Amino acid sequence: MKVGVIDYGVGNLGSVMRALEELRVIPVLVTCAIDMQIVDSLILPGVGNFSDCARLLNKGGWFQALQDEVQGRKKPLLGVCLGMQLLASCSMEGANHDVPNGTPGLGFIPGRVEHLSSLGCHLRVPHVGWNAVTPACMRGGLFNGIPVGTDFYFVHSYAFVPDNPADVLATTDYGIPVTAAVRRGHVWGTQFHPEKSSRAGFRLLRNFIEDRQC
Amino acid sequence: MLKVRVIPTLLWKQFGLVKGVGFDSWRRVGPVLPAIKVYNQREVDELVLVDILGHKSDDDPDFESIEEFGQDCFLPLTVGGGISRIDQVQRLLRAGADKVSVNSAAYVRPQLVTEIAKRYGAQCVVASIDVRADPSGHWQCFSQAGQFATGREVREWAREMEDLGAGEILITSIERDGTMQGYDLALIEAVAGVVKIPVIAAGGAGTYEHMVLAVTQAGASAVAAASMFHFTEQTPAGAKSALAAAGVPVRRPFVAEAE
Repeated sequence: MKVGVIDYGVGNLGSVMRALEELRVIPVLVTCAIDMQIVDSLILPGVGNFSDCARLLNKGGWFQALQDEVQGRKKPLLGVCLGMQLLASCSMEGANHDVPNGTPGLGFIPGRVEHLSSLGCHLRVPHVGWNAVTPACMRGGLFNGIPVGTDFYFVHSYAFVPDNPADVLATTDYGIPVTAAVRRGHVWGTQFHPEKSSRAGFRLLRNFIEDRQC
Repeated sequence: MLKVRVIPTLLWKQFGLVKGVGFDSWRRVGPVLPAIKVYNQREVDELVLVDILGHKSDDDPDFESIEEFGQDCFLPLTVGGGISRIDQVQRLLRAGADKVSVNSAAYVRPQLVTEIAKRYGAQCVVASIDVRADPSGHWQCFSQAGQFATGREVREWAREMEDLGAGEILITSIERDGTMQGYDLALIEAVAGVVKIPVIAAGGAGTYEHMVLAVTQAGASAVAAASMFHFTEQTPAGAKSALAAAGVPVRRPFVAEAE
Protein backbone atom coordinates (compact mmCIF):
# COMPACT_ATOMS: atom_id res chain seq x y z
CA MET A 1 0.00 0.00 0.00
CA LYS A 2 1.48 3.29 -1.09
CA VAL A 3 0.07 6.50 0.26
CA GLY A 4 1.11 9.70 -1.44
CA VAL A 5 1.57 12.88 0.56
CA ILE A 6 1.26 15.84 -1.75
CA ASP A 7 4.19 18.23 -1.40
CA TYR A 8 3.30 21.49 -3.10
CA GLY A 9 5.55 23.70 -1.04
CA VAL A 10 3.82 24.19 2.29
CA GLY A 11 2.98 22.25 5.37
CA ASN A 12 4.26 20.05 8.11
CA LEU A 13 4.92 17.05 5.93
CA GLY A 14 7.37 15.42 8.31
CA SER A 15 4.77 14.41 10.84
CA VAL A 16 2.31 13.10 8.23
CA MET A 17 5.04 10.97 6.65
CA ARG A 18 6.16 9.62 10.00
CA ALA A 19 2.61 8.84 11.09
CA LEU A 20 2.14 6.77 7.92
CA GLU A 21 5.38 4.90 8.59
CA GLU A 22 4.09 4.04 12.06
CA LEU A 23 1.02 2.58 10.36
CA ARG A 24 3.33 0.39 8.27
CA VAL A 25 2.36 1.73 4.91
CA ILE A 26 4.80 3.21 2.44
CA PRO A 27 4.56 6.97 2.45
CA VAL A 28 5.57 8.58 -0.82
CA LEU A 29 6.35 12.25 -0.92
CA VAL A 30 4.66 13.31 -4.13
CA THR A 31 6.58 16.32 -5.38
CA CYS A 32 5.37 16.42 -8.97
CA ALA A 33 1.85 15.84 -10.16
CA ILE A 34 2.62 12.86 -12.38
CA ASP A 35 3.87 10.87 -9.36
CA MET A 36 0.30 10.68 -8.09
CA GLN A 37 -0.23 7.86 -10.56
CA ILE A 38 2.01 5.46 -8.66
CA VAL A 39 0.24 5.66 -5.29
CA ASP A 40 -2.96 4.00 -4.07
CA SER A 41 -4.36 6.93 -2.14
CA LEU A 42 -3.52 10.55 -1.49
CA ILE A 43 -3.22 12.89 1.45
CA LEU A 44 -3.41 16.63 0.84
CA PRO A 45 -1.88 18.48 3.80
CA GLY A 46 -1.96 22.20 4.27
CA VAL A 47 -1.11 24.86 6.75
CA GLY A 48 -1.42 28.58 6.56
CA ASN A 49 -3.16 30.79 4.13
CA PHE A 50 -5.77 29.49 1.67
CA SER A 51 -4.88 31.87 -1.15
CA ASP A 52 -1.17 31.08 -0.90
CA CYS A 53 -1.85 27.34 -0.91
CA ALA A 54 -4.28 27.62 -3.82
CA ARG A 55 -1.70 29.64 -5.72
CA LEU A 56 1.01 27.04 -5.07
CA LEU A 57 -1.36 24.24 -6.15
CA ASN A 58 -2.06 26.12 -9.34
CA LYS A 59 1.57 26.85 -9.99
CA GLY A 60 2.56 23.21 -9.68
CA GLY A 61 -0.21 22.06 -12.02
CA TRP A 62 -1.88 20.26 -9.14
CA PHE A 63 -5.37 21.59 -9.79
CA GLN A 64 -5.82 19.75 -13.07
CA ALA A 65 -3.78 16.73 -11.99
CA LEU A 66 -5.92 16.28 -8.87
CA GLN A 67 -9.08 16.55 -10.98
CA ASP A 68 -7.77 13.78 -13.22
CA GLU A 69 -6.52 11.54 -10.46
CA VAL A 70 -9.27 11.99 -7.89
CA GLN A 71 -12.35 12.80 -9.96
CA GLY A 72 -11.28 10.85 -13.03
CA ARG A 73 -9.46 7.81 -11.67
CA LYS A 74 -11.36 7.80 -8.35
CA LYS A 75 -8.26 7.73 -6.22
CA PRO A 76 -9.15 8.18 -2.52
CA LEU A 77 -8.11 11.55 -1.13
CA LEU A 78 -7.89 12.84 2.43
CA GLY A 79 -7.45 16.57 2.90
CA VAL A 80 -6.07 17.62 6.28
CA CYS A 81 -6.71 21.00 7.91
CA LEU A 82 -6.19 23.57 5.15
CA GLY A 83 -6.03 20.56 2.83
CA MET A 84 -9.66 19.92 3.73
CA GLN A 85 -10.61 23.53 3.13
CA LEU A 86 -9.00 23.34 -0.32
CA LEU A 87 -11.63 20.73 -1.24
CA ALA A 88 -14.25 23.50 -1.10
CA SER A 89 -15.48 25.64 -3.99
CA CYS A 90 -13.97 28.79 -2.51
CA SER A 91 -12.62 30.44 0.61
CA MET A 92 -13.25 33.91 1.94
CA GLU A 93 -9.72 33.96 3.35
CA GLY A 94 -7.89 36.66 1.46
CA ALA A 95 -11.12 38.03 -0.04
CA ASN A 96 -11.04 41.76 -0.72
CA HIS A 97 -12.51 44.36 -3.05
CA ASP A 98 -10.77 42.84 -6.04
CA VAL A 99 -11.84 39.29 -5.24
CA PRO A 100 -15.15 39.70 -3.36
CA ASN A 101 -16.04 36.05 -3.76
CA GLY A 102 -12.78 34.82 -2.33
CA THR A 103 -10.29 32.34 -3.71
CA PRO A 104 -11.43 29.27 -5.66
CA GLY A 105 -10.58 25.82 -4.27
CA LEU A 106 -10.63 22.38 -5.87
CA GLY A 107 -14.43 22.20 -5.69
CA PHE A 108 -14.53 18.46 -4.93
CA ILE A 109 -17.02 19.19 -2.17
CA PRO A 110 -19.18 22.22 -2.99
CA GLY A 111 -19.22 24.80 -0.24
CA ARG A 112 -17.51 27.84 1.19
CA VAL A 113 -14.78 28.42 3.73
CA GLU A 114 -15.51 31.31 6.07
CA HIS A 115 -13.94 32.95 9.08
CA LEU A 116 -15.17 31.51 12.39
CA SER A 117 -16.23 34.93 13.64
CA SER A 118 -18.27 35.64 10.50
CA LEU A 119 -20.04 32.32 11.15
CA GLY A 120 -21.12 33.66 14.54
CA CYS A 121 -18.38 32.28 16.78
CA HIS A 122 -17.66 34.65 19.67
CA LEU A 123 -14.91 32.60 21.33
CA ARG A 124 -11.17 33.21 21.00
CA VAL A 125 -9.98 32.71 17.44
CA PRO A 126 -7.92 30.82 16.24
CA HIS A 127 -9.61 27.71 17.55
CA VAL A 128 -6.56 25.99 18.98
CA GLY A 129 -6.45 22.80 20.95
CA TRP A 130 -8.19 19.51 21.58
CA ASN A 131 -11.89 19.41 20.92
CA ALA A 132 -14.46 16.63 20.98
CA VAL A 133 -15.61 15.34 17.61
CA THR A 134 -19.08 13.95 16.96
CA PRO A 135 -19.72 11.98 13.77
CA ALA A 136 -22.87 13.26 12.05
CA CYS A 137 -24.88 10.09 11.73
CA MET A 138 -23.70 6.65 10.85
CA ARG A 139 -20.91 5.09 12.79
CA GLY A 140 -17.98 3.37 11.24
CA GLY A 141 -16.07 4.50 8.20
CA LEU A 142 -13.43 7.10 8.94
CA PHE A 143 -14.49 7.08 12.61
CA ASN A 144 -14.60 3.32 12.93
CA GLY A 145 -13.55 2.31 16.46
CA ILE A 146 -13.36 5.94 17.58
CA PRO A 147 -15.86 6.72 20.36
CA VAL A 148 -18.22 9.68 19.97
CA GLY A 149 -16.67 12.70 21.68
CA THR A 150 -13.04 11.70 21.15
CA ASP A 151 -10.74 14.74 21.23
CA PHE A 152 -8.72 15.68 18.17
CA TYR A 153 -6.24 18.52 17.71
CA PHE A 154 -7.57 21.59 15.90
CA VAL A 155 -5.77 24.73 14.89
CA HIS A 156 -7.62 27.01 12.48
CA SER A 157 -9.40 30.33 12.07
CA TYR A 158 -11.60 29.48 9.07
CA ALA A 159 -14.16 26.71 8.75
CA PHE A 160 -15.71 24.79 5.87
CA VAL A 161 -19.46 25.04 5.34
CA PRO A 162 -20.48 22.49 2.67
CA ASP A 163 -23.52 23.44 0.55
CA ASN A 164 -25.02 20.02 1.14
CA PRO A 165 -25.24 19.18 4.87
CA ALA A 166 -24.99 15.50 3.92
CA ASP A 167 -21.31 16.12 3.08
CA VAL A 168 -20.58 16.92 6.74
CA LEU A 169 -19.18 13.76 8.26
CA ALA A 170 -18.49 15.09 11.76
CA THR A 171 -18.73 18.29 13.76
CA THR A 172 -17.18 19.87 16.81
CA ASP A 173 -18.58 22.52 19.10
CA TYR A 174 -16.78 25.84 19.39
CA GLY A 175 -19.56 28.14 20.43
CA ILE A 176 -21.13 27.20 17.11
CA PRO A 177 -21.15 23.81 15.36
CA VAL A 178 -17.94 23.64 13.31
CA THR A 179 -17.33 21.16 10.48
CA ALA A 180 -14.73 18.69 11.77
CA ALA A 181 -14.77 16.23 8.87
CA VAL A 182 -16.31 16.04 5.41
CA ARG A 183 -16.91 13.29 2.92
CA ARG A 184 -18.24 12.97 -0.57
CA GLY A 185 -17.68 9.57 -2.13
CA HIS A 186 -14.00 8.76 -2.00
CA VAL A 187 -12.99 12.28 -1.00
CA TRP A 188 -12.54 12.91 2.72
CA GLY A 189 -11.30 15.80 4.77
CA THR A 190 -10.58 16.53 8.42
CA GLN A 191 -10.30 20.02 9.84
CA PHE A 192 -8.28 18.61 12.74
CA HIS A 193 -4.79 17.14 12.42
CA PRO A 194 -4.90 13.33 12.72
CA GLU A 195 -1.09 13.20 12.50
CA LYS A 196 -0.94 15.36 15.62
CA SER A 197 -3.81 13.72 17.47
CA SER A 198 -1.81 10.88 18.91
CA ARG A 199 -3.43 7.45 18.98
CA ALA A 200 -6.89 8.69 18.03
CA GLY A 201 -5.35 10.24 14.93
CA PHE A 202 -3.46 7.06 14.02
CA ARG A 203 -6.70 5.16 14.25
CA LEU A 204 -8.41 7.56 11.88
CA LEU A 205 -5.56 7.41 9.38
CA ARG A 206 -5.65 3.63 9.56
CA ASN A 207 -9.37 3.72 8.80
CA PHE A 208 -8.71 5.92 5.77
CA ILE A 209 -5.97 3.66 4.45
CA GLU A 210 -7.64 0.31 5.11
CA ASP A 211 -11.30 0.90 4.56
CA ARG A 212 -11.78 2.39 1.14
CA GLN A 213 -15.47 1.66 1.23
CA CYS A 214 -15.98 3.54 4.47
CA MET B 1 -16.07 21.73 24.04
CA LEU B 2 -12.51 22.95 23.66
CA LYS B 3 -10.19 21.52 26.29
CA VAL B 4 -7.69 23.41 28.41
CA ARG B 5 -4.21 22.25 27.43
CA VAL B 6 -1.44 21.19 29.78
CA ILE B 7 1.88 21.84 28.03
CA PRO B 8 5.29 20.65 29.21
CA THR B 9 7.95 23.14 28.19
CA LEU B 10 11.30 21.74 27.16
CA LEU B 11 14.19 24.18 27.24
CA TRP B 12 17.12 23.04 25.25
CA LYS B 13 20.75 24.16 25.33
CA GLN B 14 23.41 22.59 23.14
CA PHE B 15 22.96 18.88 23.72
CA GLY B 16 20.47 18.58 26.50
CA LEU B 17 17.47 19.86 28.34
CA VAL B 18 17.99 22.47 31.04
CA LYS B 19 15.87 24.33 33.52
CA GLY B 20 16.75 27.50 35.41
CA VAL B 21 15.33 29.88 37.95
CA GLY B 22 14.47 33.39 36.80
CA PHE B 23 16.04 32.64 33.40
CA ASP B 24 19.37 31.94 35.11
CA SER B 25 21.40 29.23 36.91
CA TRP B 26 20.57 26.51 34.43
CA ARG B 27 20.50 22.91 35.62
CA ARG B 28 20.86 20.04 33.26
CA VAL B 29 17.83 17.80 33.30
CA GLY B 30 18.68 15.18 30.72
CA PRO B 31 18.69 14.46 27.01
CA VAL B 32 15.97 15.83 24.70
CA LEU B 33 14.86 12.86 22.64
CA PRO B 34 13.89 10.47 25.46
CA ALA B 35 11.86 13.26 27.07
CA ILE B 36 9.94 13.83 23.84
CA LYS B 37 9.35 10.10 23.47
CA VAL B 38 8.02 9.78 27.01
CA TYR B 39 5.68 12.75 26.64
CA ASN B 40 4.51 11.36 23.32
CA GLN B 41 3.80 7.98 24.89
CA ARG B 42 1.90 9.66 27.69
CA GLU B 43 -0.15 11.63 25.17
CA VAL B 44 0.40 15.08 26.60
CA ASP B 45 -1.66 17.79 24.90
CA GLU B 46 1.18 19.67 23.29
CA LEU B 47 4.92 20.36 23.64
CA VAL B 48 6.90 23.58 23.52
CA LEU B 49 10.58 23.21 22.66
CA VAL B 50 12.81 26.26 22.96
CA ASP B 51 16.51 26.56 22.20
CA ILE B 52 17.54 29.02 24.93
CA LEU B 53 20.73 29.97 23.14
CA GLY B 54 18.95 30.51 19.83
CA HIS B 55 18.82 34.29 20.18
CA LYS B 56 22.58 34.52 20.72
CA SER B 57 23.83 33.64 17.31
CA ASP B 58 23.03 34.76 13.83
CA ASP B 59 23.07 31.14 12.78
CA ASP B 60 19.95 29.33 11.74
CA PRO B 61 18.07 27.19 14.23
CA ASP B 62 19.49 23.68 14.52
CA PHE B 63 17.21 22.12 11.89
CA GLU B 64 18.88 18.71 12.04
CA SER B 65 18.26 18.30 15.75
CA ILE B 66 14.71 19.58 15.48
CA GLU B 67 14.03 17.12 12.71
CA GLU B 68 15.29 14.32 14.91
CA PHE B 69 13.08 15.48 17.80
CA GLY B 70 10.07 15.92 15.52
CA GLN B 71 10.37 12.36 14.22
CA ASP B 72 8.81 10.86 17.29
CA CYS B 73 6.39 13.59 18.11
CA PHE B 74 2.80 12.88 17.10
CA LEU B 75 1.56 15.76 19.16
CA PRO B 76 1.44 19.43 18.40
CA LEU B 77 4.96 20.80 18.66
CA THR B 78 5.87 24.45 18.99
CA VAL B 79 9.50 25.30 18.32
CA GLY B 80 11.21 28.50 19.39
CA GLY B 81 14.59 30.08 19.85
CA GLY B 82 16.39 32.35 17.42
CA ILE B 83 13.72 32.53 14.74
CA SER B 84 14.17 35.74 12.81
CA ARG B 85 13.37 34.95 9.17
CA ILE B 86 10.48 33.47 7.26
CA ASP B 87 12.59 30.86 5.43
CA GLN B 88 13.58 29.41 8.81
CA VAL B 89 9.90 28.89 9.56
CA GLN B 90 9.37 26.83 6.42
CA ARG B 91 12.31 24.59 7.33
CA LEU B 92 11.06 24.16 10.89
CA LEU B 93 7.59 23.21 9.68
CA ARG B 94 9.15 20.68 7.34
CA ALA B 95 11.19 19.31 10.23
CA GLY B 96 8.00 18.52 12.16
CA ALA B 97 7.15 21.73 13.98
CA ASP B 98 3.50 22.77 13.85
CA LYS B 99 3.95 26.23 15.23
CA VAL B 100 6.86 28.53 15.86
CA SER B 101 7.29 30.87 18.76
CA VAL B 102 8.83 34.24 18.14
CA ASN B 103 10.26 36.39 20.90
CA SER B 104 13.39 38.59 20.61
CA ALA B 105 13.21 39.05 16.83
CA ALA B 106 9.71 40.53 17.12
CA TYR B 107 11.06 43.56 19.00
CA VAL B 108 13.60 44.21 16.28
CA ARG B 109 11.29 43.57 13.35
CA PRO B 110 7.64 43.21 14.37
CA GLN B 111 6.59 42.57 10.74
CA LEU B 112 8.14 39.11 11.06
CA VAL B 113 4.98 38.08 12.91
CA THR B 114 2.81 39.37 10.07
CA GLU B 115 4.95 37.65 7.46
CA ILE B 116 4.61 34.29 9.20
CA ALA B 117 0.89 34.75 9.77
CA LYS B 118 0.26 35.73 6.17
CA ARG B 119 2.22 32.84 4.78
CA TYR B 120 1.36 30.07 7.23
CA GLY B 121 -1.69 31.39 9.05
CA ALA B 122 -2.10 33.07 12.41
CA GLN B 123 -2.36 29.70 14.14
CA CYS B 124 1.25 29.01 13.19
CA VAL B 125 2.82 31.87 15.12
CA VAL B 126 2.99 32.05 18.89
CA ALA B 127 4.17 35.34 20.34
CA SER B 128 6.31 34.48 23.34
CA ILE B 129 6.57 37.36 25.80
CA ASP B 130 8.89 37.40 28.81
CA VAL B 131 7.92 39.87 31.49
CA ARG B 132 9.39 41.33 34.64
CA ALA B 133 7.56 43.79 36.92
CA ASP B 134 9.54 46.93 37.67
CA PRO B 135 9.37 48.51 41.15
CA SER B 136 6.43 50.68 40.18
CA GLY B 137 4.48 47.56 39.31
CA HIS B 138 4.71 48.24 35.59
CA TRP B 139 5.06 45.02 33.56
CA GLN B 140 7.94 45.36 31.17
CA CYS B 141 8.80 43.01 28.30
CA PHE B 142 12.33 41.61 28.07
CA SER B 143 14.11 40.17 25.07
CA GLN B 144 17.18 37.94 24.57
CA ALA B 145 16.14 35.36 27.20
CA GLY B 146 15.26 38.02 29.74
CA GLN B 147 18.45 40.04 29.44
CA PHE B 148 17.35 43.23 27.74
CA ALA B 149 14.60 45.56 28.81
CA THR B 150 12.62 46.52 25.73
CA GLY B 151 10.72 49.40 27.28
CA ARG B 152 7.47 47.82 26.10
CA GLU B 153 4.54 47.41 28.46
CA VAL B 154 3.10 43.90 28.27
CA ARG B 155 -0.56 44.66 27.53
CA GLU B 156 0.35 47.10 24.82
CA TRP B 157 2.86 44.65 23.31
CA ALA B 158 0.45 41.69 23.51
CA ARG B 159 -2.19 43.72 21.67
CA GLU B 160 0.35 44.73 19.07
CA MET B 161 1.35 41.08 18.58
CA GLU B 162 -2.32 40.17 18.12
CA ASP B 163 -2.84 42.98 15.62
CA LEU B 164 0.24 41.89 13.69
CA GLY B 165 -1.20 38.39 13.34
CA ALA B 166 -0.02 36.23 16.24
CA GLY B 167 -2.32 33.28 16.93
CA GLU B 168 -1.44 32.73 20.57
CA ILE B 169 0.43 34.49 23.34
CA LEU B 170 2.81 32.55 25.59
CA ILE B 171 3.26 34.77 28.61
CA THR B 172 6.12 34.06 31.02
CA SER B 173 6.85 35.80 34.28
CA ILE B 174 10.65 35.92 34.55
CA GLU B 175 10.51 36.44 38.31
CA ARG B 176 8.31 33.41 38.84
CA ASP B 177 10.17 31.20 36.34
CA GLY B 178 11.58 28.12 38.04
CA THR B 179 10.40 29.15 41.50
CA MET B 180 7.40 26.81 41.52
CA GLN B 181 5.58 29.41 43.64
CA GLY B 182 2.72 29.86 41.26
CA TYR B 183 1.98 31.80 38.09
CA ASP B 184 1.75 35.58 38.20
CA LEU B 185 -2.03 35.49 38.02
CA ALA B 186 -2.46 39.25 37.79
CA LEU B 187 -0.12 39.37 34.79
CA ILE B 188 -1.90 36.53 33.00
CA GLU B 189 -5.30 37.99 33.74
CA ALA B 190 -4.19 41.40 32.46
CA VAL B 191 -2.97 39.94 29.17
CA ALA B 192 -5.93 37.58 28.69
CA GLY B 193 -8.17 40.59 29.26
CA VAL B 194 -6.76 42.67 26.42
CA VAL B 195 -6.40 40.11 23.62
CA LYS B 196 -8.91 37.83 21.94
CA ILE B 197 -6.40 35.14 20.98
CA PRO B 198 -5.62 32.26 23.38
CA VAL B 199 -3.15 32.95 26.18
CA ILE B 200 -0.79 30.28 27.53
CA ALA B 201 0.29 30.83 31.14
CA ALA B 202 3.95 30.14 31.91
CA GLY B 203 6.46 30.79 34.66
CA GLY B 204 6.04 29.61 38.20
CA ALA B 205 3.83 26.51 38.17
CA GLY B 206 4.65 24.30 41.13
CA THR B 207 1.38 22.58 41.98
CA TYR B 208 -1.77 21.45 40.22
CA GLU B 209 -3.64 24.13 42.13
CA HIS B 210 -1.52 26.81 40.45
CA MET B 211 -2.73 25.52 37.10
CA VAL B 212 -6.35 25.51 38.22
CA LEU B 213 -6.03 29.15 39.29
CA ALA B 214 -4.38 30.20 36.03
CA VAL B 215 -7.44 28.92 34.19
CA THR B 216 -10.33 29.67 36.54
CA GLN B 217 -9.06 32.95 37.95
CA ALA B 218 -6.75 34.42 35.32
CA GLY B 219 -8.49 33.13 32.18
CA ALA B 220 -5.61 31.21 30.56
CA SER B 221 -6.50 28.89 27.65
CA ALA B 222 -3.54 26.63 28.38
CA VAL B 223 -0.99 26.13 31.13
CA ALA B 224 2.71 25.46 30.55
CA ALA B 225 5.18 24.13 33.09
CA ALA B 226 8.74 22.83 33.19
CA SER B 227 10.26 22.61 36.70
CA MET B 228 7.10 21.08 38.12
CA PHE B 229 7.35 18.17 35.69
CA HIS B 230 11.16 17.90 35.80
CA PHE B 231 11.74 18.17 39.55
CA THR B 232 8.60 16.91 41.30
CA GLU B 233 6.54 13.75 41.10
CA GLN B 234 3.68 15.67 39.48
CA THR B 235 2.72 14.77 35.92
CA PRO B 236 0.66 16.26 33.07
CA ALA B 237 -1.90 13.49 33.62
CA GLY B 238 -2.14 14.42 37.30
CA ALA B 239 -2.57 18.06 36.35
CA LYS B 240 -5.45 17.14 34.09
CA SER B 241 -7.17 15.14 36.81
CA ALA B 242 -6.88 18.11 39.16
CA LEU B 243 -8.22 20.49 36.50
CA ALA B 244 -11.11 18.12 35.77
CA ALA B 245 -11.92 17.90 39.49
CA ALA B 246 -12.12 21.70 39.51
CA GLY B 247 -14.60 21.64 36.64
CA VAL B 248 -12.13 22.58 33.88
CA PRO B 249 -12.60 20.61 30.63
CA VAL B 250 -9.52 18.53 29.79
CA ARG B 251 -8.70 15.95 27.19
CA ARG B 252 -8.94 12.31 28.18
CA PRO B 253 -6.66 9.63 26.77
CA PHE B 254 -8.02 7.88 23.68
CA VAL B 255 -9.44 4.42 24.21
CA ALA B 256 -10.44 2.58 21.03
CA GLU B 257 -13.81 0.88 20.94
CA ALA B 258 -13.84 -2.88 20.72
CA GLU B 259 -14.30 -4.03 17.12
